[in-house]
Amino acid sequence: MKLFLRLILVTVALFLFWHFLVVFADLPKFILPSPLLVMQTFVSNFSLILKHAVVTGSEILVGLLAGTVLGSVTAICLAISPAARTIVRPMMVLSQALPVFALAPLLTLWLGYGLWPKILMALLIIYFPVTSSFFDGLMNTPKGMLDLSRVMNGNPWRIMLNLRIPAAVPGLASGLRLAAVYAPIGAIIGEWVGASEGLGYLMLLANGRAKIDLMFAALIVLVVMTLILHWSIDRLGNSLTAKMSP
Amino acid sequence: MQSLLFEGSAWINEIQIFPRISFTMQAGSWTCMLGPSGVGKTTILRLIAGLESEIVLDGSIVLKEGGRLSGQISLMSQTDNLLPWLSATENVLLGNRLRGEKPDFDKANELIKKVGLTEHRKKRPYALSGGQRQRVALARTLMEERPIVLLDEPFSALDARVRAEMQELAAQHLQGKTILLVTHDPAEAARLGERILVLSVNGIKDVCPPAGGIIRAYDEQTVLACQGQLLRLLREEE
Repeated sequence: MKLFLRLILVTVALFLFWHFLVVFADLPKFILPSPLLVMQTFVSNFSLILKHAVVTGSEILVGLLAGTVLGSVTAICLAISPAARTIVRPMMVLSQALPVFALAPLLTLWLGYGLWPKILMALLIIYFPVTSSFFDGLMNTPKGMLDLSRVMNGNPWRIMLNLRIPAAVPGLASGLRLAAVYAPIGAIIGEWVGASEGLGYLMLLANGRAKIDLMFAALIVLVVMTLILHWSIDRLGNSLTAKMSP
Repeated sequence: MQSLLFEGSAWINEIQIFPRISFTMQAGSWTCMLGPSGVGKTTILRLIAGLESEIVLDGSIVLKEGGRLSGQISLMSQTDNLLPWLSATENVLLGNRLRGEKPDFDKANELIKKVGLTEHRKKRPYALSGGQRQRVALARTLMEERPIVLLDEPFSALDARVRAEMQELAAQHLQGKTILLVTHDPAEAARLGERILVLSVNGIKDVCPPAGGIIRAYDEQTVLACQGQLLRLLREEE
């Protein structure tokens, strides 16, 4: 609750600063609209913004989900097979040297203007952090517990399922916290490169027509969406981590 | 019941960890192994448990009665290694779960009762004291029903009162099993050892245990004398 209060205070202070900056610097509204104007625009364009927010929101969520599943499966395969580690890991590091943003035009070329290239962007951008933090967790199971499970003649897959994965949940959670912030970036970049709907598209459109107030309204909605996503995943991660820790 | 013969020297690459030693763990009795830190006690235990991947034994570990070692051993260490997300009962049932067997709740609850934790059986490890956690670990060890039990300083992190209690509980419930207790505490060896081995860089020395069956009273004259003798030996070896 204290955090919530602090957040509100910081937001209000920021908006006040913004407001007075506009007033005293006498900035035209096509350079920096005042927060009041942005709020008015938000209210009058609510259904338009909502429509685009739903699109971007679904891209983010599907991308996040798919990236998490794919990243987790990769991490488990890497953890269980040394052969996979020697082959796949260098490839993963190499793939990180490739700027994901540069792929966006290609993805649009290959997959068209629909949801898929955006989902794929979000997925690609979170795949590495999820995989790598979960993998680290899986490789750091307390040694004593692993020894015990080996003496018990445990089946490797059951050891994975009952011991290594639960013990790696805090690692996965920290990967997901990063993913919650990265996934929206992926979706927006995807929309900038080529889209007919979504907040990224709306922002470009508004910008092109000097409707900076609408652009700001869309931007603020995006920020709020990202914050809510991060907060929910953080909560989920914390409660899971608490459950798995001594 | 199984007797176990250990014979050989241990190496990591070209470096010797300990020279050629040999000893027998008599069927159904407590063998205590004492020695200064870093001399290779835990290595011996891990070699027997089949957990060493880097240290190689030049020698052999065999069961006198024949048969394979795997599946005959259970292990209890200084850290309880309870899974924090499982209750006491679920931790006792860990072996069942990891081998994909049907969990035997009746047996687990009976063992939990034996170690005096019935009231605490639904609690997770963080809610238990150090002594209670080691009791759960003991119940988990008993649940495995393996003839050979390896104990790696299982009581050394406990305070003196709880340690004495745990020694008694272990002696009572592990009766009939072939046990190797690795410890650095001469008092523990003198109480529990039916055979006492002192390991040093020069090799292994067999020390005559105090008379009488275990578990011996900690204040018995012979036990105290043996404790003194062991301590002297340990200091000489260093």
